[in-house]
Amino acid sequence: MAYDKFNILKSSAVPLPIENVDTDQIIPARFLKATERKGFGDNLFRDWRYNSDDTPKEHFVLNNPIYSGKILVGGKNFGSGSSREHAAWAVYDYGFRCVVSSFFADIFRNNCLNIGVLPVQVSPEFLDKIFKAIESNPETELEINLPEQTITILESGESESFAINDYKKENMLNGFDDIDYLLNIKNNIEEFAQNTPL
Amino acid sequence: MSKTLFDKVWDSHVVQQIENGPDVLFIDRHLVHEVTSPVAFLGLKNRDIKVLYPERTFATADHNTPTRNQHLPVKDKLSANQLKALEENSKAHNIPYWGLGHEKNGIVHVIGPENGITVPGATIVCGDSHTSTHGAFGAIAFGIGTSEVEMVLSTQCIMQPKPKSMRINVNGKLNKAVTPKDVALFIISKLTTSGATGYFVEYAGDVFRDMSMEGRMTVCNLSIEMGARGGMIAPDEKTFDYVEGKEYAPKGADWNKATEYWQTLYSDDDATFDKEINFDASEIEPMITYGTNPGMGMGISNDIPMAEAVEGGMATYKKSLNYMAFAEGDAMIGKPIDFVFLGSCTNGRIEDFRAFASIIKGRKKADNVTAWLVPGSHRVEEAIKEEGILDILNTAGFELREPGCSACLAMNDDKIPAGKYAVSTSNRNFEGRQGPGSRTLLASPLVAAAAAVTGKVTDPRELMEEVLA
Repeated sequence: MAYDKFNILKSSAVPLPIENVDTDQIIPARFLKATERKGFGDNLFRDWRYNSDDTPKEHFVLNNPIYSGKILVGGKNFGSGSSREHAAWAVYDYGFRCVVSSFFADIFRNNCLNIGVLPVQVSPEFLDKIFKAIESNPETELEINLPEQTITILESGESESFAINDYKKENMLNGFDDIDYLLNIKNNIEEFAQNTPL
Repeated sequence: MSKTLFDKVWDSHVVQQIENGPDVLFIDRHLVHEVTSPVAFLGLKNRDIKVLYPERTFATADHNTPTRNQHLPVKDKLSANQLKALEENSKAHNIPYWGLGHEKNGIVHVIGPENGITVPGATIVCGDSHTSTHGAFGAIAFGIGTSEVEMVLSTQCIMQPKPKSMRINVNGKLNKAVTPKDVALFIISKLTTSGATGYFVEYAGDVFRDMSMEGRMTVCNLSIEMGARGGMIAPDEKTFDYVEGKEYAPKGADWNKATEYWQTLYSDDDATFDKEINFDASEIEPMITYGTNPGMGMGISNDIPMAEAVEGGMATYKKSLNYMAFAEGDAMIGKPIDFVFLGSCTNGRIEDFRAFASIIKGRKKADNVTAWLVPGSHRVEEAIKEEGILDILNTAGFELREPGCSACLAMNDDKIPAGKYAVSTSNRNFEGRQGPGSRTLLASPLVAAAAAVTGKVTDPRELMEEVLA
């Protein structure tokens, strides 16, 4: 599925300074029963966000109206665990277009890139600066500049560059997806398959 | 140029290399289950394309299935709907489908090897992170997301940058009651849950060479829990013996040709790895986890580490212990438990049931324990019956359920209630993984059995004295 193009994103951010946030927290398994990609944002961080009687947990950041924005900032090793793409869908469906962390789990990172959510990996020091900036001013804005591959805390002007491979960058900028690319080289694949026995 | 085992298999499957981008990797075999596939099939429908190689694709129902009364209609409407979607999609695309009740049904990572779908040197993917299990055969196997499931269904390829390489060597002899699960939990506790992120791991050394195929599967299965994309072990005679004669394995002249090739699948003597780590087998004791990620494990006789002694964020560590209602410095031995879960793609094979039975034989299930024993497949279930293990279980007050992922991820009714402690042979102790508010202690089948008969965390070595005397 082609997705939204990503160029420059300027937004306030929602801080989640917890390490090893796993995909079972992002979307618990009992919410994976759908056969369509719809409505996963409602259950993003379900068990951190709601009590067992479905009332919101006051102290969880998504229930705190002073924090908002299209950028989610998480602690180290964000997205570990299950390969469920539903976790990335939930992040997207809730309204985030970018996740910032000092370290991402592999499959979650790939899943994000495949649906048009940009994972931005920064140094632990810069992550700390972002958390502090949001703490002192929840409305503080970050600028994610994909063409330049930079992330900037606009208030202070502090900036860092981030890595993304050229192919994925091009895809994100244009909203292309891998399947289109693969379908385009189907002849090569079929030729390869003939020489690759089962 | 000298190559690693991983290089040999990966490089032989690259259809195209994209400069400053991923490799286009050809996938030999694709395993599909009900939870991560429906949206991918929907994508094919929207593009009006068919599965390119249905003969390389295999579907089973496991994640979302009941473990009792599988002959009856599935009660949960959403689950039933997902199972129906897989059945219909499989039919529409001519994919073999082993649904509930089918003799080959079971957990996707258990039935792959059982049916010879898993072979050395193959590339195998599935929309499930524990696909790394199949690496036990010297295959490159890893979990993918649903977008990638769609790619493989439609083009038999995915696009991935080649991961870095790591070799983990464990040499020496394992101590009493130390199982493959303990070896894996030990390694993860040393590397942390992100220690191998970005790497593909090869396990080497005496310990893995001497390990059974089932044990190798347990170790490779848990590779993802240290962040690795996958883990693999060079195939040997043990591997070939396991694969030979299985339904989808090569036969006759093809078999000879295949084994000839498989014998070349090892890391060359002078191959270099981006990272190499060594452990001494004698350092490992039966393991148990005390926190909310698989890296928070320790030898069962140890005390829970103090926050200062732990690498990483103290707030995260304290949050984790708080969730478990454990305190720094607590001993794990003697902690009362409520549930025992034996099963999952990690420890749901026949060897695991043999190990469990070896401890409970002649003993009784503790009254305070609810035990869920779930075979990984119908084949495992049959073997449990044939080997007389079922009688041992029943005599000791246990019952056997029907195959599936069950309480490992608690998508079905097998949910550990909030606040309860479960000693579980599965793979993840994340918050709420086994049911909202559940508290998981990951361990081997031996530790699970010891807990099941004593009602508390117990060192299995104490119950094994007579066996070893």
